[in-house]
Amino acid sequence: MDYNTLLQILDSTLRLSTPLLLACLAGLFSERSGIFDIGLEGKMLAAAMASGAVAFLTGSVWLGLFAGIGASLIFAAIHGLASITFRGNQLISGVALNFLASGITVLIAQALFRQGGRTPPLTGDARFHPVTLPLAETLRDVPILGPLYYEVISGHSLLVYTALLAVPLSWWVLNRTRFGLRLRAVGENPAAVDTAGVSVVGLRFAAVAITGVLCGLAGAYMATALQAGFGKDMTAGRGYIALAALIFAKWRPVAALWACLLFGFFQALALRPDVVQAVVQVKVPVPFLDALPYVLTVIVLAGFIGKAIPPRAGGEPYVKER
Amino acid sequence: MDRLPRWADVALVPLVSLLMAAIISALVLLSIGQSPVEAINVMVDGALGSAYGWGYTLYYTTSFIFTGLAVTMAFHAGLFNIGGEGQAQLGGLGVALVCLALPWPHWTVALVAATLGAALFGAAWAAIPAYLQAKRGSHIVITTIMFNYIASALLVYLLVDVLRPAGQMDPASARFPAGANLPSLNEIPGLNLIFTKGVPANVTLFIALAMAVVVWAILWQTRLGYQIRAFGKSEPAARYAGINPVFIIMVTMLMSGALAGMMSINNVMGEAERLLQNSSEGAGFIGIAVALMGRNHPFGVVLAALLFGFLYQGGAELGLWTSIPIEMRIVVQGLVILFTGALDMMVRMLLTRIFGLFRSQKLGAA
Repeated sequence: MDYNTLLQILDSTLRLSTPLLLACLAGLFSERSGIFDIGLEGKMLAAAMASGAVAFLTGSVWLGLFAGIGASLIFAAIHGLASITFRGNQLISGVALNFLASGITVLIAQALFRQGGRTPPLTGDARFHPVTLPLAETLRDVPILGPLYYEVISGHSLLVYTALLAVPLSWWVLNRTRFGLRLRAVGENPAAVDTAGVSVVGLRFAAVAITGVLCGLAGAYMATALQAGFGKDMTAGRGYIALAALIFAKWRPVAALWACLLFGFFQALALRPDVVQAVVQVKVPVPFLDALPYVLTVIVLAGFIGKAIPPRAGGEPYVKER
Repeated sequence: MDRLPRWADVALVPLVSLLMAAIISALVLLSIGQSPVEAINVMVDGALGSAYGWGYTLYYTTSFIFTGLAVTMAFHAGLFNIGGEGQAQLGGLGVALVCLALPWPHWTVALVAATLGAALFGAAWAAIPAYLQAKRGSHIVITTIMFNYIASALLVYLLVDVLRPAGQMDPASARFPAGANLPSLNEIPGLNLIFTKGVPANVTLFIALAMAVVVWAILWQTRLGYQIRAFGKSEPAARYAGINPVFIIMVTMLMSGALAGMMSINNVMGEAERLLQNSSEGAGFIGIAVALMGRNHPFGVVLAALLFGFLYQGGAELGLWTSIPIEMRIVVQGLVILFTGALDMMVRMLLTRIFGLFRSQKLGAA
């Protein structure tokens, strides 16, 4: 494998990791506050459809982005209502919302555009376009590092860099702010937070809302940057891979970055079976590469690579003492 | 807070939840400019209006009874098995391997062997998540989701590279021998007077109904069932009573996986007569809705499976005869799970308040 092929694969790794990373951080906020969310997939899908549709209708990718975040927030609100207010089963709520999103996105897209449940292809200002980072052109001829900077790091859409910046930001919010401390506490021991006079319900709704915003970004990225428009079930299980990455990262932001880059790398490899075959000298079936993130997650869950311990109060509704 | 009377808890709560899901579904249809009345007419007409329609409705019902029972079984031990889809696909693999192995002399022999194969493969696919939950505490919800994806990748690989006969383009196994063909309802003496046209519903329906009885008997008439339910109610209490958690988790999940796998005798052996990609078509997931709607009781599961059979066949008819996309049935499915599963407490609170109102009126009158 030559250097150019490697750069191409790393380039698509970064592009494919972005939705995983945004969704993974989304899940991180929710789960650190004690609300399990297997509905990341559905929120991304709703956001992808809303952003694709609005971006096409208005011709503005920014309005599309806001619509995507809005749609995702609606789903987050229902999840919050079911799992916080009505103390329902969080897993069941997530499963339900995933089905709801999978069906309703096609219904709405079909009602609006009559193109078999997809949105029309987006062009021009209705999409996020690659951004060339400063000095990328000038440094291009520097050996080894120049092409790396030009091909891999530069030339992505704004949302890719947003996702990368969200990692240190999430770390800072979780570990260096009062809000973050309380958020982590409410996921471990909500009764203690309640005793301190801080609203458990309020904190958890705030966390679920952050999840909604981040999933909105992930979905909008899918429809307006990675691809040009929404298609039926276009997230293709990315919400679950993000969940896998979250466990792999043991619910920590910086580790989430590496986990998502790893899983994105597998996805990039699955697109280039020819390269894989050239490297390992054996024909590797594509389904094997597709299954790799899931197999890895199971191995991690089994505790063979360090133990993944979820937030202690995760999945359990909090009932205030009377 | 007042308690609901038992009849309200058993019958009224699911009905009100269903009603709410129906109202929202109607609103969804209205908002995309379609008529809910026309939709329900098309659905009833297509799914229940003729013996032919019933033949399809009962075919879907059969699959959903199996997957609903699978979820029910696990629920009673406090385990949420989302892996029915993967277990059903592996069950399909078991059915295909058995059917292709021998030139079967008669369908009854083939059916017994294929049922065992389906149950065995389904159970095997549930065994690893079960072991990881029992021994290493890995959350079964996440591992079964992962196993769904691994199953679908495995099936793609097997159908494309291994089971596909030479010269065939589409990724599917070879056709099963004629001796492995299950009689459809229109081929059974007596029933063929009702079902005059060829329908996909087949003898598997009776196996499904029998399994509902078996699951009921296991859960409520045996020591094992008692242990499973005790474990599901309170793990520490069950442990204290000398119930072995590893044993219960393993046995329950193996039975659950076997039930999910057995649905494949309906679709793979009874209908397609070869193994196709994505053979279970989401039936594993519908099992979740069926189990919730059926209140985790085999009798309720059969009724809920019939309801979802109607929804599925009716939804297909919608896709054929109206401009409402077939995906409408996924929306309804999601809404039913949401209202019967996650917003259960909301419905209960509402009903308790209404009942409380009645009670205070009675007291006032007295």
